[in-house]
Parts: sequence; C-alpha cells; structure tokens
Amino acid sequence: MPTEAIRSIAAKALEEKRVGLVIGFTPGASPLITQPAFIEESSAAGKLIWNDFCVGNLAKHLLRRDKKIGIIANGCASRNIVVYIVENQIKREDIYIIGVPCQGMLDRRKIKALSGRKKIKDIGTESGRVILSGDGFTKEYSRRELLRESCLYCRHKNPVIYDVLIGELTDENKETADQDIELMETQSTEERLEHFRTIFDRCTLCYACRNACPVCYCPTCFTDRTDPKWFDKPPASGDAFTFHLLRAMHCAGRCTDCGACESACPVGIPITKLTRKLNKDIRTLYNFEAGLSIETPSPLSVYDMEDPQDFILTEELKRKAKTITS
Amino acid sequence: MDKKSQGWEPKIIAFLCNWCSYAAADLAGVKRLRYPQNVRIVRVPCIGSVSPYFILFALRQGADAVIVSGCAPGDCHYRSGNLYARRRFQLFKNLFDFMGMEEDRLHFAWISAAEAELFVKTMQEVTDRVRTLGPLTYLKKSRP
Repeated sequence: MPTEAIRSIAAKALEEKRVGLVIGFTPGASPLITQPAFIEESSAAGKLIWNDFCVGNLAKHLLRRDKKIGIIANGCASRNIVVYIVENQIKREDIYIIGVPCQGMLDRRKIKALSGRKKIKDIGTESGRVILSGDGFTKEYSRRELLRESCLYCRHKNPVIYDVLIGELTDENKETADQDIELMETQSTEERLEHFRTIFDRCTLCYACRNACPVCYCPTCFTDRTDPKWFDKPPASGDAFTFHLLRAMHCAGRCTDCGACESACPVGIPITKLTRKLNKDIRTLYNFEAGLSIETPSPLSVYDMEDPQDFILTEELKRKAKTITS
Repeated sequence: MDKKSQGWEPKIIAFLCNWCSYAAADLAGVKRLRYPQNVRIVRVPCIGSVSPYFILFALRQGADAVIVSGCAPGDCHYRSGNLYARRRFQLFKNLFDFMGMEEDRLHFAWISAAEAELFVKTMQEVTDRVRTLGPLTYLKKSRP
C-alpha cells in the first residue's frame, strides 16, 4: 500500500509551501469506509491513508478554492481533473497531482453480503486475495469478486496526468469493457423497463449520487429548481426514472465512470449502468473517452457533418421509400 | 384497439424549429393538407435549444410521445444548432430506449420549410405508431 509514500510526499509539499492544502483520504467510521481529509499542516499528513476503500472522488473538492492544492489522484480522479481543466473550472498550474496507480476499489456492499453482515474488524490483502476477519471468523475471497462494478470494467487505472507518481504504472485492461451493458441491450424493452422500475422503486431521491459526483457542479441543480418543480417527496411514479435519466444525460461525455455515485448511494442502486451505457455509445459513435486529454473538447460541444443519423425518422422514411421504388 | 374504443387519443408534442419545420407546418396549412389533430406544436428558435429536459417535461405532463424536428444538416439558420442537437439526441434516444421506454415514444426528424407533404407524412407516421403503443402511464406525473 502506498500510504507511507503519500504521507511523506504530502508532508514535503506542505513544508515547501508548494501547496496550501492536500486533499486525500482518511479512515472512516468502519474499516470498510474512508472519508476525505483536508490537510493544511505537514504535521497532520500522518492522517492520510490509501487502501481498498478509497471510493469517493476527491476531484469533487477542488472547485471554488483560493489556494494551490495537492490532491491524491488515481485513474478516475485524474481524469476528472482533466475534465475540470477542459471545462475551465480549474487551472492546471493550481493543482499539484500526486498520482497513484489504482488496483480497483472493493465494494463494501458485496463484502457485507458475502460475510453475512457480520462485523468486520480487519481486512488483509495479498496478491489478488482479500482476507476478511472479525470475531471468530476468517474468510478469503479473490479480489476480482469483491471489486466495485466500475473498477471491474475499468480501462484507466493509471493517472492520466500527475506531477509525482507513487509506485509503478500498472497494466491497463485493454479488452472491451461493458459486457453487462451489452447483455442488457439484448433484452426486450419490457424486461429492461421492469428491471429499472424495480431498481428505481428503491430510490428516495436523496441526491447523494449527485453530491458525490465530480461533474455535478452546477450552482443550481435542476432538482433544486422550484419552477418547474421536478420531483416530489416522497417520490411519485416516474420521478426516480426522470431524475436518473436526466442526470445521466447531464453527465454524458463528461463522466469518467469513477463510480462515486454508486458507492454513495444508500440503497445500492446500480447508477453506473446508465452512465456506462452513455460512455459506451460515446466511445462507439464518436470515438471519445472523457478526461484523457486537456486538448480534446467534450463530444457534445462539437459536431461532425458525418455523424450517424440512422435514428432520425425522416431518414428512415426516405430509406423505406427508396426500397419500395427500387 | 380497446383503448381507442374508450375514447383515448394519443397526445403528441412536436418541437419544431422556427425556420424549417414550423414553416413546413405553416405551408401544410396554406396548402390545406390535413395532418392528425393529435399533434400539438411548440415553436422553438432552433432544435439546438431543445434540452432533454423539455422532452421529459412534456412526457411527464401527459404527452404520449414527443417529436423534435428541425432543419436538415447544412440548412440550419444558425449554421450548426441541429448538428449539436443530433449528437445530443442520438445519445438521449439510445439511453431512453435502454431504460425500457418504447422507441416510438421519441422521434427526431429533418423537415425543411418546403416539405409540407413530408411534414404531414411524418406526423401521420408518428401518430399511427403511438396509437398502436397505447398511452404512456409510467412517466405521467400524478397530481394529488
């Protein structure tokens, strides 16, 4: 674990006045949870950690600050920093990026389900295995079966930009991702609606996903508007559907699939299914992945005359008319 | 068609751009062409200004289907509004279908100011398709 290296680099950067603040992770209320830490004194750098539960996206905390910031960034957080730079929210020179190659984070819900909701006191990891232990039990799992959905299909574990790198760059998963999305696409419309209906029935519209999401930084979110007032509490039929559809749409071409939304959800809704579907379409239709380059604008802010337009009804009618006459 | 026998008629909201598709609807009127009365027209400056929010809002307020129509690529009055919209709506339609909504609830079209016949044909086609689908109940916002 690169915890020691992170602490010493953060302490050094603060001492040298290279940054005024370091954002990292610190242990949370249970061994399965971490929380963001805001370190301003080099003596406090010992609070920082890096483990298998750093699921939040720290890039979220970079906005609206007035000093130079050091940030611990793995693949997805670094991509979100790139998105912020592309969208003119921050300047590259104001950010000191401590890059950490990521091995994927573990899903605390999967762990709780597998361990039978027993209290876990210690988690050990060694070469692809995870060992959970608590009062009178020890269990061992392969790392892969405990990974979060987003990490399972992750294609960018290494930070995209960084000022200092901790450890060695890891191998990227180059095989095509999103097998689960492809599987869902083969289902019928009714099956998919039923699937999402049951999922969204659990949603309480707490907006934890929006609050955790680094690209959700609008000063006034559409959910907070009163005219039109989009959603009621308790949510009515279709409210959760509308919210998740519109939120996913708002993240289109900007989402880096960090999975912070899904990890923040208190009822375990697989939100990233929607954003990953969008990411997949953007990759196949417009050959774009968010947050890989400072130079490339968002795919929805540019266009190409030759963009596919098979979905346009009049084009479909014209094609039909052609086949009838020929 | 038991729904039709109960007096149900589809409600379709059409977002038409001021320069092409709305003019086509106007021309259809001048030419005395009939198109289904189920279509309610909302005139917008350009379909580049139509946000997915508008579509969802229409569906939640009781529309059974939405059609968005603008100038064909290259004809946009603002040069590129429809091209931005094309990308946005491609993704939106894919996601909408993915989430289990019938694909005929949402349509996009290119209709130029001269194509009154195409306008009528398109509206007829959409109305026919929605008629076979039946009303949209899941998204409709129920007011106490």
